[in-house]
Amino acid sequence: MTRFFAHANYDFIALRKWAYGITALFVVPGLIVLAVRGLNYSVEFTGGTMIQIRASKPLDVGKLRSGLDAQGLKGAEIQSFGTNNEYVIRARLTAVGADTSNTQAVSAEVTRALDAVLGKGEYTMGQRQAVGPKVGGELRTKAFLAIFLSFFAVLAYLAYRFEWRFGVAAVLATAHDILATIAFISFMHLEVSLTVVAAVLSMVGYSLNDTIIIFDRARENLHKAKDVSFKDILNRSINETLPRSVLTHGTTLASLTALTIWGGEVIRPFALVMLFGVATGTFSSIYIASPLLMWIEEKYPAAHIRGTRKKEQPATTTGRRRTQTTP
Amino acid sequence: MFDSIRNRLIIIGVLLVASVYFLFPRTETIRVASESGVMRDSVVKRIPIKRGLDLQGGMHLELELDQSKQVSSDVKRDIELALQVLRKRIDEFGVEEPLIQKQGDSRIIVELAGITDPDRAVEIVQQSAFLEFRLTDKTNALDKSLPAMDRVLRTLGVSGTGAAPKPSAVQELLGGDSTARADSAAKDSTAADSLSASAGGILQSLVQPSGQMPGEYVVKETAFPRVDSLLNIPEVARALSRGVTLFWGSQPVSIGVESYRYLYALDTRAMVTGDRLVDATAQLDPITNGPVVNFELDHAGGRRFGDETGRHIGDYMAILLDGRVQGRPPVIEDRIGRSGRITLQGKSIADAQDLALTLRAGSLPIPLKIVAEGQVGASLGADSIHGGVTAGLVGTLLVVLIMIGYYRMSGVLAVLALMLYLLFTIAGLAALGATLTLPGLAGLVLSVGIAVDANVLIFERIREELQHGKSVRLSVDEGFKHAMNAIVDSNVSTVLTALFLFQFGTGPVKGFAVTLIIGIIASMITAIFVTRTFFLLWLQRRPEMATLSI
Repeated sequence: MTRFFAHANYDFIALRKWAYGITALFVVPGLIVLAVRGLNYSVEFTGGTMIQIRASKPLDVGKLRSGLDAQGLKGAEIQSFGTNNEYVIRARLTAVGADTSNTQAVSAEVTRALDAVLGKGEYTMGQRQAVGPKVGGELRTKAFLAIFLSFFAVLAYLAYRFEWRFGVAAVLATAHDILATIAFISFMHLEVSLTVVAAVLSMVGYSLNDTIIIFDRARENLHKAKDVSFKDILNRSINETLPRSVLTHGTTLASLTALTIWGGEVIRPFALVMLFGVATGTFSSIYIASPLLMWIEEKYPAAHIRGTRKKEQPATTTGRRRTQTTP
Repeated sequence: MFDSIRNRLIIIGVLLVASVYFLFPRTETIRVASESGVMRDSVVKRIPIKRGLDLQGGMHLELELDQSKQVSSDVKRDIELALQVLRKRIDEFGVEEPLIQKQGDSRIIVELAGITDPDRAVEIVQQSAFLEFRLTDKTNALDKSLPAMDRVLRTLGVSGTGAAPKPSAVQELLGGDSTARADSAAKDSTAADSLSASAGGILQSLVQPSGQMPGEYVVKETAFPRVDSLLNIPEVARALSRGVTLFWGSQPVSIGVESYRYLYALDTRAMVTGDRLVDATAQLDPITNGPVVNFELDHAGGRRFGDETGRHIGDYMAILLDGRVQGRPPVIEDRIGRSGRITLQGKSIADAQDLALTLRAGSLPIPLKIVAEGQVGASLGADSIHGGVTAGLVGTLLVVLIMIGYYRMSGVLAVLALMLYLLFTIAGLAALGATLTLPGLAGLVLSVGIAVDANVLIFERIREELQHGKSVRLSVDEGFKHAMNAIVDSNVSTVLTALFLFQFGTGPVKGFAVTLIIGIIASMITAIFVTRTFFLLWLQRRPEMATLSI
C-alpha cells in the first residue's frame, strides 16, 4: 500500500516563530486594508437598482453578465421574469466611491452593456427602481455573534472531553483563521456575497475539525507516553496525523479547485475563500493551535494531570494524578 | 443490537427505505405562467426537494401599504416594520429562503421559492394579525340605537325593500333559542320597542339579537354584505351609542338550514392587544380535538389582562383578529393572567399553526395589498447553475478517484458509504422541508469533506495498526475504535457551532446550519456504522484474508 508520510518525523513546533511571523505579515496588512478600504459587499447586502428588460430574442445570461462586468456593474444578478424573454437585473456600481443608490447611472451603464451584448433596438427597458438590501446587515452581525458565542460552547465541550488548555488553543486558532480569511477577502477585494459568508462559516467548521483531530492524537499520546516532553508529544501527534491530513486536505482541495475552475463567476468567490480557508485551517492547526497549546502548557502547567515529564517539570512535583476522561 | 451483521444490514435497509420514501417523486400542484403570461395551476410529478430562489426561482409578489382602510402617518417607518414582520412570518425557521426586499420607498418585493399554494402565500403576506380582547356590550346599545340608525337611513333615502327578509323567518329558524331571547328581551322595554318597530326599518329587520349573550346579534349570511355596507355609512355609524363598536364574526355559522353571520357590539376600548404578546403555540385541544392557539402575554400585559378579567367575571370576552371576532366569545370564568387560549372553530390545525406564527411574528402596521404578481427564474442565472453542476460532478469524481486510487478495495467501500451518506443527507433535507440554496450546498460540500475525513481517519488508523504487525481482523477493530474519539469530538464541536448559527443566525445562515447539522449526523452514521458494516461483511466472506486492500 502507498502511504504518504507514513513515518514522518518533522519538527513542526520548532518552526513556530516563523509561523507567527508569516501570520503577522499577512493578517496585519490585511486588517489595515480592511480598515482603510472596508469590505466590498454584494448587491444582496447593499441594495442597488432593479431594472426590468425585455429582449427580442432569448439572451445568453453569461454573456450579459460579462457585459455588465465590463461596464463596472460587477456581481449583478440576472433573473428571468415571467415569459417572453423578460429579465430582471439587480445591479449597483461597484467602483470605489460610487453612489450605490444612483439609479440613473446604473441604468445608463446597463443600457451600454445591453447595446454591446444585444445591440440597439433589440430590447426594451421597463421599470427601473432603487431596491433595498435582500439581506439585512443583521445577517452578518448575527452570524459573527453566533460564532463568538459558539466559541464558549466549544470551549466547554473541549474542557469536558479534553481539558481547558486544548479548548483555548483550538478556539484561538479558529479565531486566527477567521481573521486571516477576512484579511484575504479584503486583499483580494472579493465581493462579499451570501455565498462568501457561507464559505467563511464552512471554513470555521473545517478548521476547528482539523485542529481537534491533531489534539485528539495528542490526548492519546499524552496518555501512552508518560516520559516524553510536551513538545515531543505535539510533534509526534502532528506527524502521526500527517497521512490523514494529506489525504483529507488533498480531496477537499481537489474538489475546490474544480469549483474554482468550472464553477463560474458566482461560485468562484466561494471556492476561492474556501481554498484559502482550507489552507489557513491546515496551517493554523499545525503551526498556531499546537504551539499555542504548548505555550499555555508552559504558562499554566498541568502537572497534576500529566504527571512528571522530561524537562518541563521538576521531579519534586507530586500532585494528585487524575486520569483523563478518554474512554 | 449492533453486534450481528444481519441486524446491521436491517438497520441500513430501514434507513435506505426511509430515504427513498422521502425522495420518492410525488405529485404536486405548482403555479406556472402559460405562454400568454397568465398564471394557472399545473400538476407535476417530481422529487420533493425544494430548490431555492437562487437555483430555481419562484413566485414574485410586489406589495404596497393598503391605505384604503388605514392611512399611514409615516410610510417609511411602516414599510420597515412590515419588512421585519414579513421576514419573521415567512421564514421563522430559516429554511424557506424567501426574498424580502424593499423597492423604492413604498414597495416590498416578496419572492417565495417553489411555492405550491399561491393562495396560502397571499394569505401569509396579507394577514395583518392584529389581536385584541374586548368585552361584549351589556347595555343593549345596539338594540337602543337601531331605530335611530334606521331613521338616519330613511332620511338618506335608503329603501327597505329588496334584500330584507321577513323577520318571522329569522325567528322561526332560530327555533327554541329565539323564544328564550324573546322572553328575556321582553323585560327590556327598549329591546321590545326595536322588535315591534322592526317592520319599519331595514337594519331592525335584518339584525336580530341572538339572545344567547349580551351584545351578540345574528344576520343572514346573504344579507351580510348589505348590512355591512349600511353600517359603514358614516352617518349611520354616528347614530350608534358611544363606547360601543360593531364587529363581525370571522366565519358564517349554520343555524338550521340557513347560514348566518354573528354581529357583535363590543366595548370600544380593548382590554389588551396583541402587541403585549410574547409567545403563541398551536395545539389540538385534547377534549374537543379542535385546534387551539395558546398565547402568553408580557408582564405588563398580563397584569392588565388579569385586572380587567378579574373585574368582569361572568361577562363575555370577544377575541378579535384583524377586526373579526374569532369563534363565539367565551364567558370569563376566572381571572386570566399572562396566558390564555384562542379556540378556532371550524379550522384545521394548519390554520392554528399559521395563526400562532403570525401572532409570534407580530402584526403588520398597515395591511398590504398585492400590486403585481409573477414568476421569476433562478437568481443565480442558468449559466452559474450549469457551471456549479459541472464543477460539482468533476469535484466528486476527483474525490472518488483519490479514495479508490489510494485505498483500493477499502476506498470502494468508502465511496459506497459516501453515496449512502449523500442519499441520507438529501432525504433528511427533504423530510425537514428545507429549501436547497447555494449557501446550503456550501454546507453540503463541507459535510461531504467531513464525511470523507471520517473515512480517512478510520483507514489511516487501520493502516497504523497493520504496521504495528496486528492481524487484519484486529487492525480493523482497533482502527475503528481509536478513530472514534477523533470523529466524535471534531463532529460534536462542529455541530455545536452550527447549532449556535441556527439559533442566532438569520435567513440563509440558518439554512446553512441546518444542512451542516444534517450532513454531519449522516456522516457519523455512515462512517461509523455503514462503513464498519461493509468491513465486517468483507471480513466475514474472506476470513482467511492475510492482507487488507487498504
